[in-house]
Amino acid sequence: MLILTCPYCGIRCDETELAAGGEAHLKRFGPGSSDEEFEGYLFMRANPKGVHFERWRHAYGCGKWFHAARNTATLEVYGTYPAQVHEPPQEVLDAISTRVPGWRWKDVS
Amino acid sequence: MGHYSALAVVREAFRDHRGWQRAWKSPEPRRRYDVVIVGAGGHGLATAYYLGKNHGIRNVAVLEKGWLGGGNTGRNTTIIRSNYLQDASAAIYEKARTLYETLSQDLNYNVMFSPRGVMMLAQTEHEVRGYRRTAHANALQGVETEFIGPGRVKELCPIIEVRGPRYPVLGALWQPRGGTARHDAVAWGYARKCSEMGMDVIQQCEVTGIRTSGGDVSGVVTTRGDIDCGKLGIVVAGHSGHLADMAGFRLPIESVALQALVSEPIKPCMDVVVMANTVHGYMSQSDKGEMVIGGGADGFNNYTQRGSFSHIEETVRALVETFPMISRLKMLRQWGGIVDMTGDRSPILSGTPVGNLFVNCGWGTGGFKAIPGSGWGFAELMAKGESPLCAEFGLDRFREGRFIDESVAAGVAH
Ligand SMILES: Cc1cc2nc3c(=O)[nH]c(=O)nc-3n(C[C@H](O)[C@H](O)[C@H](O)COP(=O)(O)OP(=O)(O)OC[C@H]3O[C@@H](n4cnc5c(N)ncnc54)[C@H](O)[C@@H]3O)c2cc1C
Repeated sequence: MLILTCPYCGIRCDETELAAGGEAHLKRFGPGSSDEEFEGYLFMRANPKGVHFERWRHAYGCGKWFHAARNTATLEVYGTYPAQVHEPPQEVLDAISTRVPGWRWKDVS
Repeated sequence: MGHYSALAVVREAFRDHRGWQRAWKSPEPRRRYDVVIVGAGGHGLATAYYLGKNHGIRNVAVLEKGWLGGGNTGRNTTIIRSNYLQDASAAIYEKARTLYETLSQDLNYNVMFSPRGVMMLAQTEHEVRGYRRTAHANALQGVETEFIGPGRVKELCPIIEVRGPRYPVLGALWQPRGGTARHDAVAWGYARKCSEMGMDVIQQCEVTGIRTSGGDVSGVVTTRGDIDCGKLGIVVAGHSGHLADMAGFRLPIESVALQALVSEPIKPCMDVVVMANTVHGYMSQSDKGEMVIGGGADGFNNYTQRGSFSHIEETVRALVETFPMISRLKMLRQWGGIVDMTGDRSPILSGTPVGNLFVNCGWGTGGFKAIPGSGWGFAELMAKGESPLCAEFGLDRFREGRFIDESVAAGVAH
């Protein structure tokens, strides 16, 4: 069972209280973008076996969207943070680096 | 390797079963093959088999990181049907279903294909309309299906509660020649034939890197050394994104866990497969008497081959309402597999940005039924560069907006 802490209301919620929203930090492409950019934005997804950044919604709680840094191979959670950022906060990146030596944020984006 | 027959069983009975040979060889990898297939699940092995059988390409290796069929092929609930909505899907799934009919004879291996009939319950007005539409589409595609009323549902499967308070059964889409097969036997049967044709099926050999030169694939790096190849087929289901990453391209795929469970064995009580898409569960009875149950997939990326308990609860709750008699059954085992989900819920059988590198993936929650058809088409694609069965399932369909939308037709995971 996956348990995440909502960064807004501070509640530790299990997955039945949450709605998964897919990959986080996608760059949105709008009118004037190329076909490749649209395709990438709409369909191509990072699908790492390891560190992953995701959007989640505290659906049966405060209702807000937030981000989570998680490991898809071990189900370890490195941290959750508000959704209004383009990059994960430093403390989340540090938490990942200590657990996964050699890991770098740029490898993901 | 010896032909399997009733006579062979009798003969062996008279000599203490000492004459049986290994079903396939376990060779050391060679330095180079014309074709290397990554992944010895049903799709990878079927691809190798039809490369040899239909196209005469036999200098082939199938590399498997674990054991034969230990991925989703050995973890699925074995439902076989071809009642899809879109023409391209009906073509490949019906090809597969047709091949299943004679697969035991073709492979000389009993895959226990049992065309016992598959019924997809309509429990809302929308589903009634949707399934009527599918039945009409299937009639045009030459796939034998029929929309039946609740009376006939009850006749075919007496243990269903058709007057359920919340979701009464309003009818069903019935495919009389759908059914089940023995999943392991499908992998083993293909592996045995591949080995017999002189192909190398190599277990405990994980691909950890893909080598290219001048934009074309040149070989793979494995835990048992480097292997060169002329063409490479990636057929690794949930790990497709991981391997695409090694070759330097992305796929429109996300990997999630899908679970199934079986009950204690009970006396025969159900001789059809029933799927209930609205309440999200499906069930059939195995030849051993266990009720085989499956439901929905997790909503988040996961490589752990474990599912969440909440999904089991959801599935079982739904099925108890539809089949009240199972409410006191004990569940014996539960397991998960990592399924490869695409945006339109249809597979990808395609060339890639890397020359001579092909992918067969995206079968998601429902690719067991497709194994023979997928192997047939993908072998043709790899041998000739094109295949009518695979034509619509190219990677470029996402960029061009030519989706093969089966997310409605295949509402439940199976
Ligand atoms: C619980 C569950 C129920 C299902 N129910 C049904 C059903 O009722 N009907 C139906 O039609 N479908 C069903 N499916 C879907 C079906 O199981 C799959 O679509 C199908 O088996 C996929 O076969 P495959 O050969 O592509 O993949 P797999 O059988 O998963 O084979 C891929 C293989 O690749 C290997 N591999 C991965 N990475 C590497 C590497 N780096 N190097 C070497 N080898 C590697 C894996 O070990 C694995 O053996 C179900 C799936 C699950 C999980």
